[in-house]
Parts: sequence; C-alpha cells; structure tokens
Amino acid sequence: MNKLVPTAAVRLLLFIFVLLVPAAASAAVTEFTLENGLKVIILEDHRIPIADFQIWYRVGSIDEPAGKSGISHFLEHMMFKGTTKYGSKVFSTLVQKKGGVDNAFTTKDFTMYYQKLPAREIGLSIALEADRMKNLNLKAVDVEAERGVIMEERRMRYEDHPQRLLYEELKAVALGVQAYRKPVIGWMAEIASITRQDLADYYSLFYSPDNAFIIISGDVKPAEIIPLIRKEFGPILPAGSKLRRVNTVEPVQRGEKTVKIESGAAKLPFIVMAHHVPRFPEKDSFALDILSSILAGGKSARLYRDLVYEKRIALNAGADYEGLNRENYLFVLSATVAPGKDIKEVEKALLAEIAGIAAAPPSAEELQKAKNQVEAEFIFARDSSYSEALYTGMFEVVGGRRLKDEFLEGIRKVTAEEVSGVARKYIVARNRTTGYLVPEKAGK
Amino acid sequence: MDLKTGAACLLMLIMVAALCLPGFAHAMDIKKERLENGLVVIHVERRELPIVMATMLVKASPLQEEAAGAGTAYLTAKMLMEGTTGRTAVDINRKIDYIGGSIETAVTHDFTTLSLSVLKKDADMGFDLLSDIAVRPLFSEGELSRRKTLLAGSLKKMEESPSYITDREFMKRLFGDSAYGRRIEGDINGIGRIGRPDIIKFHNAHYRPDNAVLVVVGDLGKEELAGLVNRYFASWKAVKTASTGQPAVLPIKNSEKKPRIEVIDKDVSQSNIMMGHMGISRNNPDYYAAQIMNYILGGGGFASRLMKVVRDDMGLTYSIHSVFAANRYPGSFVIEVQTKNESAGRVIGETLKQVRALRATGVTDEELRDAKDFMIGSFPRRIETGRKIADFLAVAHYYELGDDYMERYRGYIEAVTKADVQRAARKYLNEEDILIVVVGDKKKLKL
Repeated sequence: MNKLVPTAAVRLLLFIFVLLVPAAASAAVTEFTLENGLKVIILEDHRIPIADFQIWYRVGSIDEPAGKSGISHFLEHMMFKGTTKYGSKVFSTLVQKKGGVDNAFTTKDFTMYYQKLPAREIGLSIALEADRMKNLNLKAVDVEAERGVIMEERRMRYEDHPQRLLYEELKAVALGVQAYRKPVIGWMAEIASITRQDLADYYSLFYSPDNAFIIISGDVKPAEIIPLIRKEFGPILPAGSKLRRVNTVEPVQRGEKTVKIESGAAKLPFIVMAHHVPRFPEKDSFALDILSSILAGGKSARLYRDLVYEKRIALNAGADYEGLNRENYLFVLSATVAPGKDIKEVEKALLAEIAGIAAAPPSAEELQKAKNQVEAEFIFARDSSYSEALYTGMFEVVGGRRLKDEFLEGIRKVTAEEVSGVARKYIVARNRTTGYLVPEKAGK
Repeated sequence: MDLKTGAACLLMLIMVAALCLPGFAHAMDIKKERLENGLVVIHVERRELPIVMATMLVKASPLQEEAAGAGTAYLTAKMLMEGTTGRTAVDINRKIDYIGGSIETAVTHDFTTLSLSVLKKDADMGFDLLSDIAVRPLFSEGELSRRKTLLAGSLKKMEESPSYITDREFMKRLFGDSAYGRRIEGDINGIGRIGRPDIIKFHNAHYRPDNAVLVVVGDLGKEELAGLVNRYFASWKAVKTASTGQPAVLPIKNSEKKPRIEVIDKDVSQSNIMMGHMGISRNNPDYYAAQIMNYILGGGGFASRLMKVVRDDMGLTYSIHSVFAANRYPGSFVIEVQTKNESAGRVIGETLKQVRALRATGVTDEELRDAKDFMIGSFPRRIETGRKIADFLAVAHYYELGDDYMERYRGYIEAVTKADVQRAARKYLNEEDILIVVVGDKKKLKL
C-alpha cells in the first residue's frame, strides 16, 4: 500500500462522455480517464445479467528486452500468484465462487486479464485487479513452480507440434530485427533464465494505470461502478516518464529467404510463406484484409477451391493477415500437403493463385462477399459481451476504439483494383520468406 | 403457435414457458411445438441484434453405426454440404459465404448438429440452405470420394498430435470397438469401405423430421418463423426405409479388474497421460452429485484439487483436469494431464493419491459451498448468446431434461449434500479399475 497517492489527487475525471449510438442494440458507451492516466470504457448491454471486466496492459512480447523472451507471458502467470492482501493462488477461486470465470492471455502487443461474472459481482473484479496492479507478491518459490508450468505449456503447445515449430522458426527468419520475431511464450532457454528480479523490474515498469485501460461490458450501470473504479484504481501512481519503449523497425527485405525443418514428428509436409506488410490503419491494410478473405474466407474462396477441392493437393490452405498490430507484421499463406502429393506442386499452386489475383482484379461478387463477411463478423461479435469488449480493446490498443468505425469504412471503400495492387506490391518473391516442413522418413 | 400459415400440415402441441433463470430476475420465453411430420421446433425471440441462430439436432451418431462402418455418421454429416439434388457443393459454399453466414455440422458420440448463423436479412436464404442440405443431400460418388480422401489425410495429420493419439488409444482400450470406443471420424483403414449406399441408408434411417429438433433463436417473430418453417420444413417427410434398429448395445466394461498402465512409445518432449474408467450416463440420478464431486477433484479449473496440487504447488503441468462424459449411455471418467517425460511417474502417483483422498475423506463444507455457488452462479453464462441458447436447448431436448429445466436447475444443485458427494466419490471413483495410458518417450519415462 506504500505506492498510493492521496485520494485528493484522484477526484478528477478528465472527460466523460456518453454516446448513444443509434443502431439497434449498439451498446451505450461511457468513456473516461482517471487523473493517473487509466482509461475506462463501459459498454452497456442489459440483455443478460452478466458482465465482463477486462484490463488491458500495453505490454507484450514486442516490449521485451533481449535475452528475456517470454517475460510478458511469465509475468501474466505470476499475476495469479497472490498479493499481500489476497495471498497466493486464490484469485480464480474467489471469482469462481461467485459463479464467474477468469483468465488472461498475452500477445505480441498486449496482455489482457478478464473475468466474466454475474453483473452484481463486478465489484470483485475491480477490487482484485486494482490490488494486483500494484501489490503483487512475486515470491521466489512461486516463480520457480510457475517456471515449470510455463515450460510444460511450451512443450504442450510447441515442442511436439511440428507445424507450430516451423511457424515459430519462420517468424524469426522473416523478421531479422523487429521485435515480433520472438515467440510470445519465449524460447525455452530464455524462459529458464528469467529471474525473480527480472519479473519485478518488468512489473514495476509496465504495470501502471497510464499503461493500461479497462473495458467493462454487460449489464452494468456506469453511475454505480464509476465511484468504485475511482476508489480502487484512483490512488495508484502512474509510471509517467519512467515508461519507455524501444521501437524496432525491420529493414526492407532484399531477396527471398527460406527456412526448412526436418521432423520425425511430422506426418505430412507443410508450407508457409510470410510477407512483410503494413498494419492498420495504413491505406493498404484494408485491401490486404480483403485479399486474405478472397483467398481464404471460406470454402468458396480461391485457395480452398483450387488447392483442396479442384486439384486435391492440399488438406487445407489459408491466408492470414492481421492488421491490428502496434507495428507492421506479416501476411501469411500456408497449406498442408495432402498425402502422396508434392510440396513443390503445392507451392506452385499457391504462387499461381497470387499471380492470378495480381494480374486480374477479383470479380465484383468476390469483392462484395469479402466485405459482407467482415460486416457480418462484426455484428455476430456483438452477441457476446466478451467479444464486444475484445473487439473494442483490440482497436484501443492500436490507437483508439473509434478506429473500429474507420476500419469498417475503409473496408467498404476497397476496390477490386486495389486488391490486385497490394498483391503486386507485397506478395512478391523478394519480400517473402518461405518455410518448409519436411517429414523425416520412418526409421530414422 | 402459428406455424400453420397456409398449408394445414402443422399440428399444435404448444408449450409456452417463461423461465426464470436461477438467482436472476431474468426470463426467457421459450416456445415449443411439434409439426405434423414430427419435427419439434423450439423458438426463442431475441430482437436486439439483427441475427438468427439455428441448431438442428438429429439423433444420428456412432450409436447407430455398425462397428465395421465406423465413421458413417461423421461422413454423412460432412457430406451434407457437398451437394444436394438442386445445388452443387460449390453453389452451397458460395451462397453461405456470400452472406457472411455459416453452416457447420458436428457429430458427437450421441448426436449430430447442423448449426446455422445468419444475419436476419438472410434468414430466408439460411433456412433454404439448411433444409436443403438436411433433407435433400445428393451424396454423389465424386464428392464422396473427394471427402474420403480429405478425411484420410486429416486422420493422418491428426497423428502429429500426441493428445489425439492418447485419447484414441485410451478410449479404444476402455470401450473396445463399441460406439464410444471408436473414433467418431472413423478409422484411416476403414473409411475407404464406406460406400454411397451406406451413407444413403444411414441418412434415410436417421435424418427424419420425427428424429430431429430445430431450435431457432434470434430476431424473428413467431409469424416470421412460422413462414420459414412452413416453407422449408413442413414438407419434409421421412423416407420409408428398413430401420437400422436399436442403438448398438453399449459400452462393455473392461473385464480386467485391476489398475493397469499402458505405455505407447513416441519421440516426444512431453508425455500425454489419460487415466480413468467407466463413468455415468446423463440420466443417472447421481449426475449432479458426481458433477460437484468432479468440480472439486479436477473439473473446477484453478479451484480444483488436482490443479492446485499438480500445477500450482508442484509446477509439473500446464493443464490437468477431469471429466465425467455423461452421455446417453455411461461414458468415460477421465483425468487428462501432460508433463515432461521424466515427471510422468510423479504426476500419476500424486493424481492417484488425490483420487484416494477424495474417496476416503470426501469434501469440506467450504469446497461444497464453493462448487455449488459456481455451478449456480455460472448458469447464465451457459445461455449468454444466441448460439449458446440454441445449442443448449437442442441438447436439453435430446437428453430429455424437461421444459422446466432452467427453473429446476438451481434446486438440483442445492439438493446435493456432503454425504451425496462422498457417496458419489465412493461409487464412481474406483482406483482398482483405473486404466492409465501414457504416450511418451519410453527411455525417459520414470513410471
């Protein structure tokens, strides 16, 4: 409790405004920022007596120091290990006995903690999250036990999964400099090397009200919960100028790179191609989004139609573009080779699809389909207070929740020629890193 | 109520229930009726968002297969989207993709579901497609061959996953080649033998209006839904066919009455472990006592004993959990855990210790209260979205939980006593019956 400031400093809500969005069932939005920099967004939805509490910290693998990959995720685990007030390992039990569930996840850009619980219990979230923003125990014995857990998590998710290992390797090769090259979970040897002190330093650097925001979504009344939030979070000191980030910029790629993994665990060959692309809201990001949808948005999309359905050379084929990042990232094509088929043939077919869309704009139907899919996805997401909050938060991370509208506007404006244009500009050999997963022959 | 617009083909069996969710002043209006052709239609109006979610549940699963035809139910379901008498597979995919909607098919050990998600403005198209694939699939030779090749490839790829192999080998040893012991997707060597006539026969026998329930949740009024149902489902008639008879007689308990451990050698960094034995069926009167007992043992996430000890204290796993798969017939009770090869023996030993302790001394008052509070308090989350409501009501109908289930749920949980939990532990946890399957690197395992 020694890190609290006098309550007098907290009285001020910098700005509060309530927007009543006209469209049916759009949540009423209340947004305000405490004096210590903590932003709070409340999305009202009174259909079901449930509420979601999410606290987002602007810290992810992109912020990690050299040699300490996985420290953001490690710290996320430690956040469940108790505070001076609540003791070790009781966090989830407290939430569950109220009928709630809770969890957290770490990405390359942020770390998010959430509880979903009966709306009348929202005060519990506020109290618990405010407490662990500043009063974490970080006991040495817990750090060691949790290190074991995280290593098991890495084994479970990566070590025995050849396609994921290839993808991890591919990112590290495609991004030679930029911080996204590191796996979020961390390299095994670096998970082993993270100390209690490393975690404590990282915590004091990044876990502060001015490096976080809260989203509450569901059956809550702002007038009732705002005073609670002010009381619990208001006294926490901001990090201010202590908070520094290092930006890493990937140099322009000057030729195709390749990476190959030979694996006894792999049963089928697998190919992945990564290309450097700009992020949202740069102009090309909208066309890249549509491009990924035209290539791989459903079974009627080009890659499935051609590689899986017509040619029958692949079990699946995908195109993945994530524009909502803090820095530029990758446009990825991938395919699992069907039994008895040649990985080179699959590679050729993927490249032919790219050449096709680069040479001729997609049809009006394809373009409209891709746009319809984005619009529908956003409407479906609003049925769950969790995903409503999640979408809002993802835009907040990259610049502000209102960018959601900008995103939809941008998508609606994309032309067929722009889709071809981004394929010609970015999905080209000199901007590409190709990864091959090659099953080792049995008996080796 | 008014599903009889036009053609007088609908019969009325009306139940309107205003159900109060436990502990909440929140009501859900559920309307249920049976069409003349036997199809049960359940409707929940939810007008706030312009979306419509429908779940059709069909009593078709491995329970109705011959052991030699393992995978027939799965292939039948997956072939529904691959063309109908009036539309090609390409047409169907183009239409549903164009409107940004989806139709998914899924097969469990007990039933098949077809799930439609569309915007309200596309509800007509959605119902058209859903009825078309359910009622008039073509099952063409060409598409079947394509789908079987894909399935064989997927089964091969699944073998990259240690947890898949563990599950497959565990269930095979627990249930033999009865319906719950076989892979729902079938066997890589057996699916080639499933022919078009087998699929057609299976479809005719089980995809019948009197063998299905359709739940629709979302932005449709009763008149709108009546119009859609009448247009697309009222004329669905069961195809006359020789019935394939009763479900295959089910799971036979393995006769070896002693704990046994089987190791499958694989070059992996982490061992995958499943341990357990026969469990209970959904209609077992001890169902709730067993669920509460299991929550405390290993079903309750971070609040469970197994997670607290094996993960939090010992740091030996990322995930350990236990499940009673309470199906139509008694399913499995299983504890699943992953740990590095070297610590497999310790994890198994500690887990067995926890099972023994629960049998011997039962649970504390606090554990019981916490478990009940979670199960009651978390109920609204199970019906939070349109998709969840549709799936929940379809499954509740299948397991005959009663139209007043949501009202009664709280009482079911509250009624469970400490003595009930202890009795359930003694009755449904039997260490001497436990089968342990370990997929791991034999050289490094310390068992």
